[in-house]
Amino acid sequence: MNLQASLGPLSGLKVIEFTDEIAPWAGKLLAEMGADVVRIEPLEGSKTRWYEPFLDDTPDPEQSLFFWHYNVRKRSVALDIQTKAGRDLFIRLVADADILIEDQAPGKMAELGIAYDTLSQGNDSLVHAAITPFGQSGPRANEPATDLTLLAGSGPAWSCGYDDHELPPIRGGGGQGYHTASHWAVISILTAIIAKEQIGRGQFIDINASAASNVSTEGASYTWLVAQETVQRQTGRHAGVRPSSPTQVQAADGRWINSGVPARQGKDFQKTYDWLVDEGLVEQFPEAPLLQLGGEREGFLNLGAISSGEDEEGAAIFAAGRAAMVLLIKSLPAYEYFTKAQERGFQCGIIYSPEEVVQDPHFAARGFPLDIEHPELGRSFTYPGVPYKFLGSPCEIKTRPPFLGEHTRDIMISLEYSEDEIQMCMDNNYVHSP
Amino acid sequence: MTKALSNLRICDFTGQLAGAGATRHLAAFGAEVIRIEDPVNEGRWDILRGNAPFVDERRGIDLGGAFNNHNVEKKAITLNLRTDTGKQLLTELIGKSDVVSENFSAGVMDRLGFGYEDLARIKDDIIYVSNSGFGASGPYKPFKTWGPIVQAVSGLTFSSGLPDQPSAGWGYSYMDHTGGYYMCIAILAAIIHRRKTGNGQWVDLACTEAAATLTGPAILDWSANGRPMRRDGQPHSNHNDWPRMAPHGIYRTDATDTWFALACRDDEEWMKLRAVIDDPALYDAKFDELDGRIQHQADLDNYVEAWTQQRQQQDLYQLLLAQGIPCSPVRTPEQRVDQDPNTENWGLWPSVEHSLMGKVRVDGLPVHLSETDWHLENGAGCLGEHNEQVFGEILGYSSQQINSFKAEGVI
Repeated sequence: MNLQASLGPLSGLKVIEFTDEIAPWAGKLLAEMGADVVRIEPLEGSKTRWYEPFLDDTPDPEQSLFFWHYNVRKRSVALDIQTKAGRDLFIRLVADADILIEDQAPGKMAELGIAYDTLSQGNDSLVHAAITPFGQSGPRANEPATDLTLLAGSGPAWSCGYDDHELPPIRGGGGQGYHTASHWAVISILTAIIAKEQIGRGQFIDINASAASNVSTEGASYTWLVAQETVQRQTGRHAGVRPSSPTQVQAADGRWINSGVPARQGKDFQKTYDWLVDEGLVEQFPEAPLLQLGGEREGFLNLGAISSGEDEEGAAIFAAGRAAMVLLIKSLPAYEYFTKAQERGFQCGIIYSPEEVVQDPHFAARGFPLDIEHPELGRSFTYPGVPYKFLGSPCEIKTRPPFLGEHTRDIMISLEYSEDEIQMCMDNNYVHSP
Repeated sequence: MTKALSNLRICDFTGQLAGAGATRHLAAFGAEVIRIEDPVNEGRWDILRGNAPFVDERRGIDLGGAFNNHNVEKKAITLNLRTDTGKQLLTELIGKSDVVSENFSAGVMDRLGFGYEDLARIKDDIIYVSNSGFGASGPYKPFKTWGPIVQAVSGLTFSSGLPDQPSAGWGYSYMDHTGGYYMCIAILAAIIHRRKTGNGQWVDLACTEAAATLTGPAILDWSANGRPMRRDGQPHSNHNDWPRMAPHGIYRTDATDTWFALACRDDEEWMKLRAVIDDPALYDAKFDELDGRIQHQADLDNYVEAWTQQRQQQDLYQLLLAQGIPCSPVRTPEQRVDQDPNTENWGLWPSVEHSLMGKVRVDGLPVHLSETDWHLENGAGCLGEHNEQVFGEILGYSSQQINSFKAEGVI
């Protein structure tokens, strides 16, 4: 087997990332699959180095945990793109790369003299991925946007929130509008890398963040496209044209369970009954005989016949199944309910906060939480790991995020800059190296 | 236009959105995606087959609108894997494929006799990508999920909502879309790796882990600062703590259940907004700087909303855009599908031709490639619609043989 294989499936691919805040996630996804990702930063550093939270709550461009998460395993070159020397270094970097990822405002690259037309002259196999809120052109191309306004305007927020419509629609947390744009950037970049074999050259990719969220809203879009009906938000469950039953139930320890889909098959009613017996709860559940009756039914209940009133007994059985589930959740601590229910074949989930996920035994057993050492601080920190196990080419991220300009000098040397040239660039503040 | 992936063949067992959504994009870029379904239960493992929404009054296993959306440009064949002939035909098809993809619960392919070891014996450089809720190892391997369960266990549901309320979560399967994106990325990366090394492999994707990567700063805040997100006053996901911005939220307008989002990224945008609102209360010194606005954010939100709720959504939008302040109506599906010049200009909602449903609009792709762009023309296949083509043209069986497969209940 090729030795490089152990470095991840994308080892050998060179990526230049010239991003602000929308697209660093795309670079990170490529880096964790083994690509060599060099992030170009301005001399004062990416503005995201000043994003909260900070280590020990101390604002410092090397201590932004936000920057750390999005830049682990990347390298950093700091240059002044407004100068000729800075621009020349950028062009030499891109001439030697397979992929350029940037999220500059439409027209900005041309203004800087580094548009695709220029860059591809020096490297016609370049895949240039440009990520913007609304695409490179079109009627809304220059509208300002944030993750919030993208998710509000492109579908997600309409579907998220509470049964009580006096409460506002909710923007899901964590920068997911930017993430969705970045996911599409990676899909299209890898597609263009494969396409090089067909067409013998690279190409330009226009990635539209608003469009990305627009096509990532499941039923909200296609219910309108197909049937011109509008879904309405509901607490913790799918927005629907018609209301559905609640699925979030508070367990005995005050934490919450997503109860999943209620029992619908004969065997599930019997299993529910047996579980009530095992927990000693059957005495306090007067509808228990209905569960036994349900257990005698073959296959699935017909929900249509239940809602139309044709199957009154079925309706009572269905309701008893739900009520038994709620009783079990209220009687057990959330984690115990979650694992016992799943072991009995009932799909459900505990509602974890983010930090609880990396403390859970399953994810620990799979090696998902990743401890990355920061030698200069003498500490290591838990990062989320890589979600895919490439069993033939494992991804092993172990490199902490880069200091500002940490790799400027090494990379200039690899591009065959002389010591004198490097010194001149540093003396004149064309580049920065710590 | 040249198709980017036209020399790839995918032997596809995926369904629902988390799986079918992955191979959909490969098909849009020209890969030959052959979707394999069980003729005995008419492919009902995929609960979307035959389910709402519908284009008209007709109902049936081939008429589901969601299924059509997720399976455009794919070929649909049936194979009864309970029969020896069915298994033989699958073996032949795998021998002529680059990728086998599935999103069954972990272990199902092994039980069918087509786990990774079996696949690699059939074709030694096969790429096998499995997408399950908890992955193919670990104590929760047998646990079952669908989108909302993945979101609950991964921290995404918890991260979305208001303080003093239960989690609002996601009003759809965000992680079915996103799990599909990760699965698509995994397939493409494994293909690139194979072209470089000649080696196939198994990629074990766990959808809950994909989801948990999307809350990274919160995990680091706990790991580095010992600060859990499960604490009083958190989360408030219409606010923004990373980076801090205020005002930042979704506010009422003058009409029922009609909302407007706005964000001030810096003091300059705040001063522009304050001038537009022109309420003396907002000139209190406590609102001048970001620290004060964060500290008094509840007050600030009340003042902003007192202003927005007297105005029409579209008026607010025009007024603040003119100031360069990031803002947006909370758009309904109708507003963003039929009334947004950006999605229309992009060609985001193409129509495909379905054999029974006729022309139907579907989700397009949010990317345009200058040389090898995507193309959607054909709707999802009806059950077994491409049996003749696949068993005939790819595997070389005669019509007579294909008819006898049908008669024997193999296809």
